[in-house]
Amino acid sequence: MLLLKLFFAFLQVGLFSVGGGYAAIPLIQEQIVDIYGLMTLEEFSDLITVAEMTPGPISINSATFVGMRIAGIPGVFICSIGCIIPSFCICLTLAHYYYKYRSVGGVQVVLGALRPAVVALIASAGASILMLGLFQTKLQDIEPGNIRWVELGIFAVALYILRKYKVSAVTIILGSGVVGTLFYVFLGAV
Amino acid sequence: MQKDYSKLWTLFRSMFVLSACTFGGGFVIVSLMKKKFVEELNWLEEDEMLDVTAITQSAPGPLPVNASVIIGYRMAGVVGSLTAILGTILPPMIIISIISFFYEQFRTNPYIAIALQVMRAGVAAVIFDVVINLAQNVWKTRRFLYIAMMFIAFIAAYLFDISAMIVVFVCLGIGLLDLMLHYGKNKKEVE
Repeated sequence: MLLLKLFFAFLQVGLFSVGGGYAAIPLIQEQIVDIYGLMTLEEFSDLITVAEMTPGPISINSATFVGMRIAGIPGVFICSIGCIIPSFCICLTLAHYYYKYRSVGGVQVVLGALRPAVVALIASAGASILMLGLFQTKLQDIEPGNIRWVELGIFAVALYILRKYKVSAVTIILGSGVVGTLFYVFLGAV
Repeated sequence: MQKDYSKLWTLFRSMFVLSACTFGGGFVIVSLMKKKFVEELNWLEEDEMLDVTAITQSAPGPLPVNASVIIGYRMAGVVGSLTAILGTILPPMIIISIISFFYEQFRTNPYIAIALQVMRAGVAAVIFDVVINLAQNVWKTRRFLYIAMMFIAFIAAYLFDISAMIVVFVCLGIGLLDLMLHYGKNKKEVE
């Protein structure tokens, strides 16, 4: 019964977390903490911290975390599967129709208008992460004096390498993590 | 659309590696997927990747999972979808399962905190690299409407914190309007 409860809680997380990422946090909280009482609020905020520090979508992270703590490995699978079933059904349907009609002239015109928007959204996500990296705060609270030079250097070098050579994104991300950490250790900041 | 099961292993491996290394929100993994599947593997066209992003953004559920469903479907139908999903969800499942036993130590470890902080600079560089390519292509369309929409959407999303989904739906509306005007004009030309 507990597994069933977990399954339904995450089915709803998967179904209603529209817009993804941080928009989903209040919804996950509502399902797990408020409605089903699967975690305390304190545990939940720990979860958010850990989820931010690890790769992967926040809803899968929380599904795994809650599943593991409440019902072990079977819990992990039940929660994660519940979480992705809505995505799977809806996106499979959308993908089917997209590939069926995408070459139709009218559809191309409509999709053409969406593309600049998507570029802008990706750029906006990039700008937010850059500001967070350089100033450790959101745009509204930035003080230019607090700029972190090591991060600025890593960003510039990484972008130069990416533009100039064919390097995989994963290499750049992990490489900047290693180089930056060594830099700070060397500077004695840790 | 041809199905090609020989690509399943590459699909799984690519999704697994991308998912394991994606720190930050959904648009980070979209940039990585664009680099991998459009630039490195030549599996998808650039426009297609942007369309897929718009679709994933307007559907419920985690963005990386949504994107894997569609890209997997494109490569090898439903089997491809399932393969891609598995590749995407296994890394966070494994990592979080392990961390759930000692998350207190993990959370307070200073080296991890520093590594995560500096990695953001690398992640930002990857996104900017992808955005430069994408923006150049929007620029090349030489359509004032598209170029203006790109700048306005950026300002709306970044400076005014307007949710991605609203941006996508407003632009969808503009696209429909554009379509109606387009057909209106064509009709006149025929007459």
